Amino acid sequence: MSVKTSPAKQPLFHIVKRDAMPWWKSWLVRIAAVLVSLVVCGIISVILTKENPFKIYGMMFEGSFETERRRWMLIYRTAILLAIALAITPAFKMRFWNIGAEGQVLIGALAAGACMFKIGDSMNNASLIAIMAVSAIAAGMVWALLPAVCKAFWNTNETLFTLMMNYIAIQLIAYFSYVWKPKGTGQLGVINQNTQAGWLPDIAGNKYLLTVIVVAVLTVLMYVYMKYTKQWYEISVVGESENTARYVGINIKKVIIRTLAISGAIAGLVGFLIVSGADHTVTTDTAGGRGFTAIMVSWLAKFNPLYMVLTSFMLVFFERGAAEITTQIKSLNESFADIITGIIIFFIIGCEFFINYKIVFRGSGNKNA
Amino acid sequence: MKKILSALLVLVMLFSLVSLSACKSEEGNKDDIKVGLICLHDENSTYDKNFIDAMKQAQKDLGLKDDQVIIVTNIPEKSECYEAAADLVDRGCNIIFADSFGHEPFILQAAKEFKDVQFCHATGTMAHTEKLSNFHNAFASIYEGRFLAGIAAGMKLNAMIEAGEFTAEEAKMGYVGAYTYAEVISGYTSFYLGAKSVCPSVTMDVQFTGSWYDEAKEKEAAIKLIEGGCKLISQHADSMGAPTACEDRGVPNVSYNGSTVSACPNTFIVSSRIDWAPYYKLAIQDVIDGKEIPADWCGGIKEGSVVLTDVNTKAAAEGTQDAINEAIDKFKAGTLNVFDAATFTVDGKKLDSYKADVDTDDAFTPDTEVIENGVFSESKFRSAPYFDIRIDGITALNEEF
Repeated sequence: MSVKTSPAKQPLFHIVKRDAMPWWKSWLVRIAAVLVSLVVCGIISVILTKENPFKIYGMMFEGSFETERRRWMLIYRTAILLAIALAITPAFKMRFWNIGAEGQVLIGALAAGACMFKIGDSMNNASLIAIMAVSAIAAGMVWALLPAVCKAFWNTNETLFTLMMNYIAIQLIAYFSYVWKPKGTGQLGVINQNTQAGWLPDIAGNKYLLTVIVVAVLTVLMYVYMKYTKQWYEISVVGESENTARYVGINIKKVIIRTLAISGAIAGLVGFLIVSGADHTVTTDTAGGRGFTAIMVSWLAKFNPLYMVLTSFMLVFFERGAAEITTQIKSLNESFADIITGIIIFFIIGCEFFINYKIVFRGSGNKNA
Repeated sequence: MKKILSALLVLVMLFSLVSLSACKSEEGNKDDIKVGLICLHDENSTYDKNFIDAMKQAQKDLGLKDDQVIIVTNIPEKSECYEAAADLVDRGCNIIFADSFGHEPFILQAAKEFKDVQFCHATGTMAHTEKLSNFHNAFASIYEGRFLAGIAAGMKLNAMIEAGEFTAEEAKMGYVGAYTYAEVISGYTSFYLGAKSVCPSVTMDVQFTGSWYDEAKEKEAAIKLIEGGCKLISQHADSMGAPTACEDRGVPNVSYNGSTVSACPNTFIVSSRIDWAPYYKLAIQDVIDGKEIPADWCGGIKEGSVVLTDVNTKAAAEGTQDAINEAIDKFKAGTLNVFDAATFTVDGKKLDSYKADVDTDDAFTPDTEVIENGVFSESKFRSAPYFDIRIDGITALNEEF
């Protein structure tokens, strides 16, 4: 039986799911999207500033590469963003929408900062740093386990739950900043500025190197965990279909709780790295929104830790570049940096649509079935 | 294949990072000097705009080229501040200024690391105890400016009493403050004492917002004060919240940080502000000449650090400008003291002795006797204000730390 459809009644275009694109083709599309976004950014910058667009691109590179310190900052920031992305990835793979990485990092940072502040003078540096790391990991874990346990046993909504936990962490930091420094400006300032107790040691005179090494090891471990463990397989099955998981005898409650414990622990560790390694203070924006940016890093990289190195690098690079443009061109303020990063991210996310779908125009797709 | 490619890409990126090299400029005469300024917000905040404008003025007066001054904005009070300072050093700055109180520990950290670069932190408190040769604090005796603005406020109240709008006993002012600490307390007390010097029956309510920049909260606080019977409003916070609330309700306003007359043509009386240009010029010139920058500098009316805007004759009482000029002359001659203990009482008693927390420590221990010859010597033992006494006549409606 055949049904005749008149071509005149077809819409101008419709959207068709693609078959899997070869990997090199999808990367070509992504690179093209980045280039197009840069052209758009260039046009907008020229309209706003009347500067030569190549000068503006040059400034973007200067922002990340001009001095050795800037190159280290680029690597360090990439490492931190990458580490947070690694933290949320197991949960997301399980389709557990953990948008609480921000709070998990913050509570880890607060735990580490509390150790520095309260017991910084009472022991040698190595044991202090060990205690800080353990308490930060434990704090991050607790922050992730609360929503996980509630999800596992009572099927609460994890998106709302993890989101709310962020605000609790932020408020706790604000509260303790006030309690510990009652007459200040509500800022802790540099903790242990003179004794440097609880500060991670420099390696070869570089204060960022240790953090970068830790994150590199973490990346490899996560890669191995994903590739070669049964646990990761369980996570994938629970993510794809809870019924299938039940059918093959996976203990879903256990997997949810275990996975979030891992997620939270890594996030807590990042909090420790930020406080002990570089910031030496705790504020409500210690995580600086990276708990949310990390979701994009992980998602764009399709949960692959090696691609996450690339995506986190790219996001940090554009952010630093945009900030440099606003510093060098005096008529612009910080909002311009937001516009630039917004445009670039819009194109990067948008191109994923064209990788997964194609647009078929009326008349062009008249193949015989 | 995929794995190899991505691993390769990562390697290429790392190499490109390490292979580029840095360059640094040398110290020398005026053409070689490079100045950095670190700001908490950007020009949208009246507080930071005041610093940025001063830097532009100093640049013009000293004849520095555009690429000799680097201004970075929106630097929060955490390790980003240290990083911004270090980055400015890398870009060849010989002298670096920072504008926010909370920047201080991070600027101090940078000063300890980069010993051949001068760091000047405005509003800070630690230079006089840290004793580093390249770390300096600065402030201005802005309490004198607020006293002058208070005179304008008091005269406006007198004019309104004379016109029969309210009785002398009802003369109450409202003050929107950011936080309950010395900088704000010193500010509103000097404002109040200025008003009281011409209108003896005046009282004042203070409402704190708990933020240096929160337009909605500042507006709300001003409206609350107005509804509580305040006849005139002044503020020590950085948004347009309080001035616009006053303009909406037709209540006179004494502003801060600069003129708000364009937004509030009917209610703006006068505004005091710190002009940082004299300090910037002094400090930069010292670096050019290879001289030492003062460790803890406090500018006053004489140095041009404390300035008042033009009086808005549409809103101010008659003769305001003359009264202000007269007081300025007395300040310059040294015959007028803002915190003269004879002009105020604490819990009904005159203040004979007071120990203030001048040397910063975590416990805020009072350490220095500051009453000299019957006068509270503000900004003498360090440039940043330390007057934190609650005097009679002023009611704090809330506290915000």
